[in-house]
Amino acid sequence: MLSDITLGQFFPAKSLMHKADPRLKICLTIFSIVLIFAAGNFFSLGWAVLYIALAMALSKIPLKMYLRALKPILFLVAFTAVLNIFYGTGDPLFQWGILKITKNGLLNCLFVSIRIIVLILASSVLTFTTSPTQLTDAIERLLRPLSKLHVPVHDFAMMMTIALRFVPLLMEETDKIMSAQKARGADMESGGLVQRVKALIPVLIPLFVSAFRRAYDLATAMESRCYHGGEGRTKMKVLRFSSHDYCIIGSALLALAAFITLNMVFPPAIVR
Amino acid sequence: MAFIEIKDVRFSYAMEAGAEKEVLHGINLDIGQGAFVALLGHNGCGKSTMAKLLNGMLSPSSGQVLIDGLDAGLEENQLPVRRQVGLVLQNPDNQLVAGIVEEDVAFGPENLGVPPEEIRRRVDEALKAVDMYHYREHAPHKLSGGQKQRVAIAGVIAMETKCIVLDEPTAMLDPRGRQEVMETITRLNREKGITIVLITHYMDEAVQAGRVVVMDKGQVLMDGTPQHVFKQVERLKRHDLDVPQATELCYRLRAAGVALPDIPLSVEECVGMFRNLLR
Repeated sequence: MLSDITLGQFFPAKSLMHKADPRLKICLTIFSIVLIFAAGNFFSLGWAVLYIALAMALSKIPLKMYLRALKPILFLVAFTAVLNIFYGTGDPLFQWGILKITKNGLLNCLFVSIRIIVLILASSVLTFTTSPTQLTDAIERLLRPLSKLHVPVHDFAMMMTIALRFVPLLMEETDKIMSAQKARGADMESGGLVQRVKALIPVLIPLFVSAFRRAYDLATAMESRCYHGGEGRTKMKVLRFSSHDYCIIGSALLALAAFITLNMVFPPAIVR
Repeated sequence: MAFIEIKDVRFSYAMEAGAEKEVLHGINLDIGQGAFVALLGHNGCGKSTMAKLLNGMLSPSSGQVLIDGLDAGLEENQLPVRRQVGLVLQNPDNQLVAGIVEEDVAFGPENLGVPPEEIRRRVDEALKAVDMYHYREHAPHKLSGGQKQRVAIAGVIAMETKCIVLDEPTAMLDPRGRQEVMETITRLNREKGITIVLITHYMDEAVQAGRVVVMDKGQVLMDGTPQHVFKQVERLKRHDLDVPQATELCYRLRAAGVALPDIPLSVEECVGMFRNLLR
């Protein structure tokens, strides 16, 4: 049951978004998040939403997947929405004791909710269309300039690769140990919180012991295969910008220009 | 000069309170290029220590391990020695580094600084050599034990090592996985001329090698062809070592007074012999 959890929610498909360079995708995700926060009125926000909707459409991933990604944050959206409704200024449309709802409050509520939802959708486009290994690779490449400042970028990337490799393995092992302890009469499902946490100790200790044993083996295997840090290391898969990556950059710049215009021409929507 | 020369090698592990425990008491072995050697012995007889001495993961306390003339015990020879001698470990899960099969196979050549196009070529070739090319984009944890072990072997082949040392590669596999790995090893030895040092405690696997070295209590007990070694059933039994099942059967039949012309090593040989006898 534990092994069913997928990592990084990668959703393999053949689409324009999958084919795009992962470095570009990371930059564009950050770019669109900035856009969403820089949007001052509904027109520019709408433009940013359209831009991200286009990316979602191009990813060829069913809308259902995106909706599922939104589920965990629905509470957060509802919470901020309610807060914003009651914090509006101006003439109340509706008043009940100290609570009042204004037109401005309603607009703010709508604006903030759209922001959060689109934010999640934008980052989902990245994680759905990029495999964890590609993501690690791209982060390593993007952060490489930092290694001049003696930041161990390669080592972090290697740690992430190994973590990604071993998480499913350790999950499977946790499952096995839990079954083994249950077979010996361990009770993990009843009792209060303290008792349940205590019941996890016989699972965690063997898990740690085995993780260390694995680490020792892995170190031997890596050294045997001539691993000696990032120095002088090459990569089989070299990230290269293709012509269609340049097209994406071009369209993103055009979108940015339109966004700035919209943001300046129309008045800000949120008034405090 | 042989490809691998082990000269009077002793090895001690440091114990608590400064004490030392010697596990290898003066080993002498020569292994030629292209040989297929099985190293047999009990747990704790020093087999795994031998494996780590061969690629410089450990340095002998005294004596020398020479790989193609290079002293494997010296720090500065570590990388050149590991380029020649690859190591495959027992647990297939613990030795794969990357989350995708082909990237794991690429790990070794990447460490050596091989250019990308050349890595691609080597990876494809190595995966084809172990018959795992179709799985190149799979995640290792979705593969069977035998398949994972073959990927680990491909990872060594991609480094173009001349020798592969396998430390009980089949101990954690089911019979089918064991057969897959054994077929892969024998094929690599035969077709690519890669020197194989197979450490095992399965007698049936040792029979497939060209030469069997039996170790006991940190020393070489016997050294010779499988025929030579396994026919000394009594001597092996005195040291609590097994013989292949077919050999055991015929040995007992002989002891019970059945006149057999020969002591076979494999089931096929055994069946052939009985067919001739009963005809």
